[in-house]
Amino acid sequence: MELLSVLAFPLLGGILLGVFGHRRWAPELNAAMSLATLLAAGALTVRVIEEGPTTVLEEQFFVDPFNVFLVALTAFVGFTTALFSRPYMRTEEHAGRLSAGRLRLYHSMYQLFSFTMLLCLLTNNVGILWVAMEGATLSTVLLVSLYRTPQSLEAAWKYFILCGVGIAQALFGTILLYFAAEKVLGAGGTALLWTHLHEVRGELEPTVVSLAFVFLLVGYGTKVGLVPLHNWLPDAHAEGPTPVSAVLSGLLLNVALYAVVRSKVLVDGALETGFSGNLMMGFGLLSVVVAAFFLSRQRDVKRMFAYSSIEHMGIMTFAFGMGGPVAAFAGLLHMTVHSLTKSAIFFTVGHAAHATGTQSMDAIRGLIRQSPTIGWGLALGSIAILGMPPFGVFTSEFMVLTTAMHEHSWATPFLLVALGVAFAAVFGKVQPMIFGETTARPLPHPPALVPVFVHLAVVLMLGLYIPPYLVDWYRQAAALIG
Amino acid sequence: MGTSLAGQMVNLLAAFLLLVAFAMLSQRRVLSLVRLFAWQGAALAASTLLVAYSTGQNHLYYSAALAVALKVILIPWVLHRLIDRLDVRWDIETPINIPTTMLVGIALVIFAFALATPISEMSSTITRGTLGIALACVLLSFLMMIVRRKAIPQVIGFLAMENGLFFAATSATHGMPLVVELGVALDVLVGTFIFGIFFFHIREQFDSLDIRHMEKLKED
Repeated sequence: MELLSVLAFPLLGGILLGVFGHRRWAPELNAAMSLATLLAAGALTVRVIEEGPTTVLEEQFFVDPFNVFLVALTAFVGFTTALFSRPYMRTEEHAGRLSAGRLRLYHSMYQLFSFTMLLCLLTNNVGILWVAMEGATLSTVLLVSLYRTPQSLEAAWKYFILCGVGIAQALFGTILLYFAAEKVLGAGGTALLWTHLHEVRGELEPTVVSLAFVFLLVGYGTKVGLVPLHNWLPDAHAEGPTPVSAVLSGLLLNVALYAVVRSKVLVDGALETGFSGNLMMGFGLLSVVVAAFFLSRQRDVKRMFAYSSIEHMGIMTFAFGMGGPVAAFAGLLHMTVHSLTKSAIFFTVGHAAHATGTQSMDAIRGLIRQSPTIGWGLALGSIAILGMPPFGVFTSEFMVLTTAMHEHSWATPFLLVALGVAFAAVFGKVQPMIFGETTARPLPHPPALVPVFVHLAVVLMLGLYIPPYLVDWYRQAAALIG
Repeated sequence: MGTSLAGQMVNLLAAFLLLVAFAMLSQRRVLSLVRLFAWQGAALAASTLLVAYSTGQNHLYYSAALAVALKVILIPWVLHRLIDRLDVRWDIETPINIPTTMLVGIALVIFAFALATPISEMSSTITRGTLGIALACVLLSFLMMIVRRKAIPQVIGFLAMENGLFFAATSATHGMPLVVELGVALDVLVGTFIFGIFFFHIREQFDSLDIRHMEKLKED
């Protein structure tokens, strides 16, 4: 019941906002629908933690600690982003950059995007997972081009074509997986259900499954933003509205990685070798290193943080590739803290770009003079994302590094160098944006900074102290995928 | 009717699909491309129908009907309307080197067969030989998207790639479960409409549907 309402609220919101999305109160309705989704997700989480994994509606949907954790995170960040988007979108409308029709499109697609992501997470059918992932691309592509500038159209076209091609590879992978499963489970509906596949994973044909995994990794990896399939990501982040950048970075990349990890669990069961883990470690490490070196070349602030997302997704992919309880725990923790920190950064960056009228880092100066809260938000967010203690990103990166030293010591120098390079690049660019003579002007609508500090407070808490029930929850989830 | 005859018919249709994929690769005129795409859809529907008939998999009749409705009628019609409205009926794409593209295409087909052979050997379906062709169609459409510089042929390449995947599903496994096929069809349909909206935005902004105008976002 809770599960279906988690899906029903954003779908209903998408329809309602498709009709009323241009009204004056539409941003509030958007936030209210996201809040309803969050409450339903909270109820679902409590149920799963108490009663364990369940399936619903003839096994078409299922929840276990792994996906319910991402559902809760998705609903939470979805809600705070909706709060942030209220003043942000009002300012855009105020400045005449968006008409009523486009606001309606934005609000409706925002809810539908939440719906597709939650469907990805909750469906038990590997085929529907693919369908929902493609749906997530379709619902965001018009959001990336919302401003209809030449750059935003180019970014959206690239996003559409690259993710479309990438995800087509994932469909081929799914077909191969079905081909292998059909031999064991027989034709028909159940052969694509993840819970059934998981039961028989030891009997799946190894050659077919390993080929399927390559296609699935390349396909969903395009959406994760793994190098060398990352080209769409910085453009889409930089040219779309900032709330969209926040949910793309904070949520969509996680959901795509979720699909990869689910596939990996099946493949590992069938192969009994480190094939899938090695592949993920390779892609992850390459992403970390390449993204870190690209960071220092960026001029656009949203582009820079988009590259930082590629770097962090690389760390998570590497962690899940290593496998084992500690690395999987670290990967899950990193998913949480990265998504909270990165969306908080995009919130402050969005307000900073409005206050200074530009996204170019050379022209943003002295944020802290004009608005101490925006300045501090960006400063703390950047320190957190760079992995400084006492924030949670430090904890998870530390766990990844120590595990890597034990098990794959060849990888640690690459990781350390990349983290160092990333630190130098981001810190050197963010510092003058915060201090010095200001170029910022007051904002026409008061900025929504509560979400920023709530996110950062949670990240800080996760760095200092992880509550025992949360540790339990992460352990259960890590046991499922380790 | 012996299954071997049906099997041979499916093989024939598969060969036709491959031929159409090559024809698309070498076709410069937009309107002919749409026609070729419709033919590809028809061959796909016919082969699905044959597999359905010879194996008694009832849900494949639905997918065949879906393929006819979507790929032979609806999407080509939408594309025709778009081409009319955008007034690009006589657009010809010149800067592609067709002989080289063809040679690369042949190499891709060989690669696809090499990749598919070990899997086809495990398959017990009557259509097992066609998995290589399906993969080849996917790769050829992929190649078409890379070499084309205009928006509409790129999108037709994208849709043709989905045709190849659909064919892979029917030839290797007697088709995916119906709910998945419906979902994929919905995505393709919504995608086509969004592409349509896009064409107008691009034209409005750049006065042309040439993708070369859209290569400005680079690293610097």
